Amino acid sequence: MNLPLSLTINGVRREITLDDPRVTLLDLLRERLDLTGTKKGCDRGQCGACTVLVDGRRINSCLALAVSHDGAEITTIEGVGRGGELHSVQAAFIAHDGFQCGFCTPGQIMSGIGLIQEGQAGDDPERVRECMSGNLCRCGAYQGITEAVLEAQSNMTATKQRRSA
Amino acid sequence: MRIGALVRNADLAHDAEFARSYPAVAEALLSGASAQLRNAATVGGNLMQRTRCAYFYDAGSACNRRWPGAGCDALKGENRLHAVLGWSEGCIATHPSDFCVPLVAFDAVVEIEGKGGRRELPLEALHRLPGETPERETALERGDLIVALRLPTEAKDFARHARYIKVRERTSYAFAVVSAAAAFRIEGGKIREARLALGGVAAKPWRAREAEQVLAGARPDPAVYREAARAALAAAKPSGDNAFKIELAQRIVARALTLAARGTPDRIPALPGSPFSSVAGA
Repeated sequence: MNLPLSLTINGVRREITLDDPRVTLLDLLRERLDLTGTKKGCDRGQCGACTVLVDGRRINSCLALAVSHDGAEITTIEGVGRGGELHSVQAAFIAHDGFQCGFCTPGQIMSGIGLIQEGQAGDDPERVRECMSGNLCRCGAYQGITEAVLEAQSNMTATKQRRSA
Repeated sequence: MRIGALVRNADLAHDAEFARSYPAVAEALLSGASAQLRNAATVGGNLMQRTRCAYFYDAGSACNRRWPGAGCDALKGENRLHAVLGWSEGCIATHPSDFCVPLVAFDAVVEIEGKGGRRELPLEALHRLPGETPERETALERGDLIVALRLPTEAKDFARHARYIKVRERTSYAFAVVSAAAAFRIEGGKIREARLALGGVAAKPWRAREAEQVLAGARPDPAVYREAARAALAAAKPSGDNAFKIELAQRIVARALTLAARGTPDRIPALPGSPFSSVAGA
């Protein structure tokens, strides 16, 4: 079975042929495109380590079939920085120690970026924690993660305001 | 309001007109799953969610729902989260949806496209109690497709007094141990009409009409909430190690009624559906 699929991944258009419709977006990224920054934790939507943006929205790539996203724009952790420059959320995770072992971090960062774009949490730490509850951290770095997301959001809002001023 | 079956949960919950008209439904949607899942989950998919009973998923366990006549290992197993209403010896599983709980309270209707054309069904009649045939989970027939969900205009009359409250085993991102949707039309200091439904207690979202009758015409008051809560759980019995859910459900009903009477918050609390939210009144 040959299933043609066209995806824009981190700004690059990729023409892919799948031989099996059951391949998840996560396995496509990791096993076939060597984009191993996106992690496989539970492979069942419970941990959030596989979070990516699809057309700007955060989803669990382990629960997404690649073939059902033909034509979509995918952003993974490999695509958020610019050259040597970190994304604001990445920089804030370093500044606030938003990790220990680092395994959940790509998913946390993608989820944080998605959360900031959704604009639902504001500057309320309790709302940030609730909106990040789909990303588990076994090292328990939640304090730093919450602070990092709040700071990145505030930096990104300030930059946006400067640009539009 | 007519909602297409492929509308995503997050889009629906954050739609300003929807949230204003049906705040308890928006609160229930946001209390379910995680932000990532709500971005992918759809209205039709949520209605068709299957039970989270571990024995249903474990191929090494006996399950009448999965394999008719096989028996039910949940009956003698880990069953503290199983049903206390409407269960049978054949199956004690619960329906896991948050969304469906206020929907059933507000008389939502499901539009179905089937071999014989388009038909509609009250949501309350979509999910079946197990009885002798737990393998028949819904009223859908082979070839049926849910295409839309409708909420009646009258449901908007409850918008000023409508809440969804959900107890979980952790603060967020967990299925309900017990949940309740409560709503009032209050006129002249009296309850003109009440709506109440429970989640996490049965194989379907559980409309509590006896409790609604207790509340209709009464003054909003803690004593009548407790009486309504007793009426809602009058038929409940433990299906295993879960007698605590009957007491818990009564307390959650009373809490949901208290909060609904106090009024719908302007903004959904930081921890939607949670009795532990730090927002006053939640």
